[in-house]
Amino acid sequence: MIDLNLIIERFPAFLGGTDGAPILSTSDGLQLTLELLGLSLAFGLLLAVPMALMRVSRNKWVARPVWLYTYVFRGTPLLVQLFIIYYGLSQFDWVRDSWAWEYLREAYVCAILAFTLNTAAYTTEILAGQIRNTHYGEIEAAKAMGMGKWLMMRRIVIPSALRRALPAYSNEVVMMMQSTSIAGLVTLADLTGVARRVFSDTYMPFEPFLTVAGIYLVMTFALVWLFKKAEQRWLAYLAPRKH
Amino acid sequence: MFLQGYLPSIMEGTILTLQVAVSALLVSVVLGLIGAMFKMSPSKPLAWLAEVYSTVVRGVPDLVWMLLLFFGVQMLINELFSQMGWEAPEINSFFAGVMTIGFIFGAYMTETFRGAIMAVPKGQMEAGLAYGMSPLRVFLRITFPQMVRFALPSFSNNWLVLVKSTALVSVIGLNDVMYRADTAKSITQEPFTVYAVVGCIFLAITSVSDFALKRLEKRYSTGVRETEL
Repeated sequence: MIDLNLIIERFPAFLGGTDGAPILSTSDGLQLTLELLGLSLAFGLLLAVPMALMRVSRNKWVARPVWLYTYVFRGTPLLVQLFIIYYGLSQFDWVRDSWAWEYLREAYVCAILAFTLNTAAYTTEILAGQIRNTHYGEIEAAKAMGMGKWLMMRRIVIPSALRRALPAYSNEVVMMMQSTSIAGLVTLADLTGVARRVFSDTYMPFEPFLTVAGIYLVMTFALVWLFKKAEQRWLAYLAPRKH
Repeated sequence: MFLQGYLPSIMEGTILTLQVAVSALLVSVVLGLIGAMFKMSPSKPLAWLAEVYSTVVRGVPDLVWMLLLFFGVQMLINELFSQMGWEAPEINSFFAGVMTIGFIFGAYMTETFRGAIMAVPKGQMEAGLAYGMSPLRVFLRITFPQMVRFALPSFSNNWLVLVKSTALVSVIGLNDVMYRADTAKSITQEPFTVYAVVGCIFLAITSVSDFALKRLEKRYSTGVRETEL
């Protein structure tokens, strides 16, 4: 009942590298999915580290704006955030007249922007939680060594919190990987987007959707395995003692 | 006029979205309880089935499940009916949306309930059985009231993720809040305002849920002493 030939014939399109790539990107299919994921995770983490420090600040004028940011982005669907950026920004003339419009009208840029802001919000909360959990001994030791506030943050608090954030962050990465599937709803030909195109060409649902489901499943397993390895390396000191 | 009078239409869509979310939650709770019981059952095939369910469902994006199940099941029905020589019915998209989201979150609930049931000391259930209660009664009177406390934090999280996932159902043709917003966006030419309103609606739903569930957590933790460092 399942047409294997169709899957084999279209498989290169799922993996990407055909000539349907969006402007500014180099690829489509699985490669586009990985590109969206990699870029938004990298930008998201870069934003999240300073925001997590602000989030735990005792100055409420510093902490509150970040709290509001994570509250709004974690409380609304990613799809709505994507649509606000992709469709919404065109409502304002000053955006359309600015130099940035050349980029902001591209679905690819909007998707990366939305995914970045979204993952930054979740990652900020994960990191802020771990910064608060820092053992007082670590901080007392750093102070006793005569470290200033920023040196202590850079050398002790942030590295330690990043390590302890690994298990929660691995969930966030898997969630984000799956969330990139909505990129197809703003015209991009990511993995799911390609599957929807094959479906509308052939009207066969099982072949394309089961194929991409399989690919996503493999990616989930791969990410879980990768993070397990990372935890073994960087969280070894927290593992239960083996006799 | 604000959004050229499209606000009532968006609110109607919101009600449909909420109906889908709440119905899907009920489906997911039932599936989650069954999944958790299978997972902990001494029968190997049942435990294996539940393991595959919770792993495979959680490893594939919601959107792919929706497309696969909605179009796939419709196709199967079409083929089945055409072989019988009958005219195939169209699947009701409300039903399809509820079942699909329920099916997906049933997998998350399986993990939630399994963890919570395991957190209740085994001796409690054994004592119930020793008193001659039926397994169902043990579950309802002994296990369930005690597992709620352990299940609530993860249950709340699942509900919040579920509500946000419901935004995807317009893809399978539901006339929900996102679908109404799409229409309003094209007509009013105010896409930002439209989606900002939709965002506020979701934010209101998640905020109210969060508040209510936190109160419930407090209630079910009565008498539990918290450690303070």
